[in-house]
Amino acid sequence: MSPHLVLRVVAKMLIPLIALFAFYVQFHGDFGPGGGFQAGVILAAGIILYALVFGIDAAKKAVPPSWIRIGMSFGVLLYGGTGVATWMLGGNFLDYTQFAPESTHAAGQHWGIFAVELGVFCTVTCAMLAIFYAFGSRTPELSDEDW
Amino acid sequence: MDIVSIFPAWVLTHGPALLVVLPLMMAVLTALAPNKNIAGVNIPWVMTGGTVVVCAILAFSVLMQVLSHGPINYAMGGWEPPIGIAYYIDALNAPILLLITLVAVLCTLYALPSVSAEVEPKKRAPFYAAFLVSFAGLLGMVTTGDAFNVFVFLEVSSISTYVLVAMGASRDRRALTAAYNYLIMGSIGATFLVIGIGFLYMQTGTLNMIDIARILQESGPDSRVVKLAFAFIVVGLGLKLAMFPLHTWLPGAYAYAPSFMTAFLAATATKAALYLLLRFTFTIFDPSWGFVGKSLMYLLAGMGILGMMVASLQAIFQNDLRRVLAFSSVAQVGYMLLGIGMATTLGVTAGYLHMINHAIMKGALFLAVGAFWYRFGITQVSDMRGLGKTMPLTMAAFTIAGLSLIGVPGTVGFVSKLALARAAAENGWWWAIGVIVVTSILAIVYIGRLIEQAYFHEPPNQGGGTLAKNEAPLIMLIPLWILAISALVFGINAEWTTSLARTAADVLSGGPIVNMPYIAGGH
Repeated sequence: MSPHLVLRVVAKMLIPLIALFAFYVQFHGDFGPGGGFQAGVILAAGIILYALVFGIDAAKKAVPPSWIRIGMSFGVLLYGGTGVATWMLGGNFLDYTQFAPESTHAAGQHWGIFAVELGVFCTVTCAMLAIFYAFGSRTPELSDEDW
Repeated sequence: MDIVSIFPAWVLTHGPALLVVLPLMMAVLTALAPNKNIAGVNIPWVMTGGTVVVCAILAFSVLMQVLSHGPINYAMGGWEPPIGIAYYIDALNAPILLLITLVAVLCTLYALPSVSAEVEPKKRAPFYAAFLVSFAGLLGMVTTGDAFNVFVFLEVSSISTYVLVAMGASRDRRALTAAYNYLIMGSIGATFLVIGIGFLYMQTGTLNMIDIARILQESGPDSRVVKLAFAFIVVGLGLKLAMFPLHTWLPGAYAYAPSFMTAFLAATATKAALYLLLRFTFTIFDPSWGFVGKSLMYLLAGMGILGMMVASLQAIFQNDLRRVLAFSSVAQVGYMLLGIGMATTLGVTAGYLHMINHAIMKGALFLAVGAFWYRFGITQVSDMRGLGKTMPLTMAAFTIAGLSLIGVPGTVGFVSKLALARAAAENGWWWAIGVIVVTSILAIVYIGRLIEQAYFHEPPNQGGGTLAKNEAPLIMLIPLWILAISALVFGINAEWTTSLARTAADVLSGGPIVNMPYIAGGH
């Protein structure tokens, strides 16, 4: 029987909900408070909770550190790439109107923000995890009696 | 000027934004590049090199465009200022963009052997990526016309610089404490700056520099909030540009960073912060206001003079080669502040000119010191014995740059010190000329000490015979000599650099910029 049964069960219940809430904050960011940064932190918090309860090795199995570097870079590329795309379409850097110049309800702005926020989300999640893994991997594992 | 017409129209329109976006995007791709050589090619280095070369060309096109067509205002995202973020480039910041990019090109060339020797192979790609981020941050700081954006880019460049300084740890563990010290001091500086910008926002309700200047001109100087904002901004930037009592982070950071980074930092980072000081004090605030004028005269010039004296004296008593040059940098910042503190066109021209010239000579000196370490592991002044025989070419370039630092006629150092002395004479500050002479004598002592070690002592004995000649590799010598030769060329014919400094000073003596110029790529 593994220790901390209550913690484990509660964490298992909470983590999917935390992830779901992260996506809610991400995609509802257009209409209410929220956005890529907050959502990224929330999702990372869910994974960090998993690491705290089940151990950092289990977390690294779920979200490998090699993904982290790629994820961080991908987010920035997505953000910057959106700007480059607007350049290609003939506008200024990050001029989202170019995505749908004919639109009367600013659909271009909507799509532009959507892509950029997705980039922020990706980078923030991965950066949070990178910081956590960097510090978490350095300290020796606490034995169960100590906490 | 016809040079502008060589560049495609798209580059001319979007150059200011591309200049910042390109290194930022390339930094990300470089971070993903393999650390190991593939087919003998050092991929992160090639990517970095390509990026800085393209940026240098872009910076050149921007400078030419500014000189022939006047200021550029680029509206990010198509949102016209003051609502959106604007990139604003005029004759004040365009030369600094060119300076930063050219120094980056030379340093990157030098980095190929240097970084391979100093940075662990597995950290190579992240190292170059961090360098590109810091480069992008510096360019962003200089191009942006938005006060809050200044803070963002200042942090972008600073945070990556802390990392780069810390990467000197594989050479000397003290790099870690130096980086930590820099982190604390730099963060305090950035915090002060952002508090100052916050106060400005509170007073004016806008973050666009030109709009702030316009509203401040309308409301006048009598607001305590404006005075507070000014105080916070000057102290914050003072920390970043190593104004005398706030310079304590600099010697450690310069002494323990990887050599390539030291040369780049010394030639660019403090210059970008100095540019911001000029931008804020002269074109956002108004030097004709009592508190601004008095701060320039008593605070900047006063601290400049104090820094020149004290830091030059400290440089004499250092044993670590790079610390000698670092303290000398603090003293040279003092010269620039003295020129700016006069707040006359001649004074600001001299300060600005010294900023360009100092970048050339300090860049050369630090590159040479890096080469000494690369071949013989030299860090101490006493280890320099016989370098005139063992590394004659490197030492010759070091000597030229060193003489320039002293201010020997025929070098850039002489040109700017003369300009500074003239400006002081015009202002009636005769004592300032005395200080310039005294600190130049102190420079003779601290540079002379190094040159004496190198030329008037025999190389140390090693394994029976004296140390054999072992010149630095060609790829390190080329950038070093380009800088050394430009120290001579711009020392003999200073027309171009002086005219750049003069146009920059003219922008400043015009007082706050309150009219929005045309918008590039606007609708």
